[in-house]
Amino acid sequence: MNKKQKRRLIRIIAAAGLLVAVRLLPLTGLAQTLCYLVPYAVIGWDVLWKAVRHIAGGQVFDENFLMALATVGAFGTGEYAEAVFVMLFYQVGELFQDYAVGKSRQSIASLMDIRPDSANVERDGVLTTQDPEDVAVGETVVVKPGERVPLDGVVTDGTSTLDTAALTGEAVPRDICPGDPILSGCVNQRGVLRIRVTKPAGESTVSKILEMVENAGERKSRSENFITRFARYYTPCVVLAAVLLFLLPTLALAVLDVPPAFLAGTVWTDWLHRALIFLVISCPCALVISVPLSFFGGIGGASRCGILVKGGNYLEALAGTQTVVFDKTGTLTKGTFSVTAIHPEEGYSKEQVLEWAALAEQFSDHPISKSLRAACPVRMEESRAAEVEEISGHGVRAKIDGRRVCVGNARLMERENVKWLPCELPGTIVHVTVDGFYAGHIVISDEVKPDAKAAIADLKACGVKKTVMLTGDAKAVAAAVAGELGIDEFHAELLPADKVDLTERFLKSGNGKLAFVGDGINDAPVLTRADIGIAMGAMGADAAIEAADVVLMDDRPDKIAAAVRISRKTLRIVRQNIAFALGVKALVLILGAFGMANMWEAVFADVGVAFLAILNAMRAMRVRQFSQ
Amino acid sequence: MKKRFVLTDLDCASCAAKMERAIKEIDGVNDAAVSFMAQKLTLDAEDARFDAILDEVIRICRKVEPDCVINR
Repeated sequence: MNKKQKRRLIRIIAAAGLLVAVRLLPLTGLAQTLCYLVPYAVIGWDVLWKAVRHIAGGQVFDENFLMALATVGAFGTGEYAEAVFVMLFYQVGELFQDYAVGKSRQSIASLMDIRPDSANVERDGVLTTQDPEDVAVGETVVVKPGERVPLDGVVTDGTSTLDTAALTGEAVPRDICPGDPILSGCVNQRGVLRIRVTKPAGESTVSKILEMVENAGERKSRSENFITRFARYYTPCVVLAAVLLFLLPTLALAVLDVPPAFLAGTVWTDWLHRALIFLVISCPCALVISVPLSFFGGIGGASRCGILVKGGNYLEALAGTQTVVFDKTGTLTKGTFSVTAIHPEEGYSKEQVLEWAALAEQFSDHPISKSLRAACPVRMEESRAAEVEEISGHGVRAKIDGRRVCVGNARLMERENVKWLPCELPGTIVHVTVDGFYAGHIVISDEVKPDAKAAIADLKACGVKKTVMLTGDAKAVAAAVAGELGIDEFHAELLPADKVDLTERFLKSGNGKLAFVGDGINDAPVLTRADIGIAMGAMGADAAIEAADVVLMDDRPDKIAAAVRISRKTLRIVRQNIAFALGVKALVLILGAFGMANMWEAVFADVGVAFLAILNAMRAMRVRQFSQ
Repeated sequence: MKKRFVLTDLDCASCAAKMERAIKEIDGVNDAAVSFMAQKLTLDAEDARFDAILDEVIRICRKVEPDCVINR
């Protein structure tokens, strides 16, 4: 509890004690009234004072005014104890509310407690501890085991494993060695790492994440706008109803000789009392607070799973996702090429064919060449290759261990006049010839991510109607991937502009919301077009973080379904809260109008409901089960 | 220009909504958001008159919620 809350608590206790004392005193008449004023003043002076100041500022219908009016009115009708008690209960409710909101702020702040406080900088050979803000790009920082990486950079020395849970929500540690980029916010688990800083503190990954989560409140959800708009009309309407509820029966009682049946046996103070109950219920805060609190919790919880949502509106849209459009490369597939099959001709071995191809391609930086080298267990030796000649758009010709080897595509085979065999597998085919004879071919393709299939199934399970894959790749490759993953629809051989057009067509035709998932590298236009742009594998990719509405910190497609589930849960809580708060208020209004509710129940309908709604909203933060 | 300000003693969610509405109606304000949970005001206003607009924002906020302070 903070100081303000403690003060309020003391006042509540003091007023409660005084109230009991006054009740026990054998007083009557004016003396009694005056005595009740003491606990009332103790507990309610600030509410009255605020009401006066707000009216001076032109704000009439706020809760201070309403509570002041209701309790002063209760005093006026002689219900002294009730007046004090209502104010007391109101303050208890406010204290609870304040405390609960503070707690949830705190727990989200601690969820997001990934900002490193200090960095060990090496300056002139001496280690000094500095604020990360004061470390310049290019300086070297040292991270000891157990410490948090303070700034983004490149590892220059040391190997270790990193705990990236704070960024990605993933418990599996990541290996790191010299030359690897390293992101702030990770925790170094084993060895000492020396890191050359590449970004100032303000632009580091940690700062970006924190900024994004903190600013998510700016983009408000439709539910939040609805409830604030509703509150704007609700309060004046109920106040007006209260006035009518008092005036009409009172006039009727005064004017008519024979009052209608429902007025029989009542006096004007009964109606005043009922009107005051209306005033208490008309306070809007209980309604208004629970909605943003739920979204705040949902966004905070999601970020803990490595899912950054840029605003309540996006979380809300995500819950209505019916169509998910995927980019293929880098999203559903790893985006790195690797050798997936080797088909040698009779008389050649797989290893032999691969070795020739890798040796011939050892000087090339092309992704295909790299994947050949990566797959080949034999060490590359420049001396084994001679007369290497690269033929652009075809392949490579070289002398390997004295034998003439050609490595390349079908065009190269035509050019060399070698009879080559087509392959039934999708992917890029690399043919190999030796001394003019066809030795076989190697299939290189992009690998499907291991969790992609489960991710698609999971999306279906949580209610997504249609999954679509877009790719610039060949049709055969696309068909194979789509078939393997169980994707409903695919479009291949697309240019970036085609992807935008197609997405727009889906947006027009589909019901519900459309999410586009990309790796954010060249699909920024589509990310912005879609209802929800999801960028994945965004650790360190600034352009993607800018363009997307939802950022997945790692590149696991199963996080998409987790994000949808979190959003649905949050929305469910929001709807429960709205329905519950409105329901209880409506019920007490009706009961109050017929004289069946007292003011205590009215106070419960206000602060009690707010408190329960806040407790419910805090559930939105709990998302552990979605992160696995 | 877009700037963010930390708010202290913003105690009620519906006051936050009222503040936001009032700020949005100020001439020269392109957009504004008051986040009750984050206790933050985001103000997007004309560059040239930003300081004058901010003064107006502070004046209006004092009217809506006298206890709330905008830390500039």
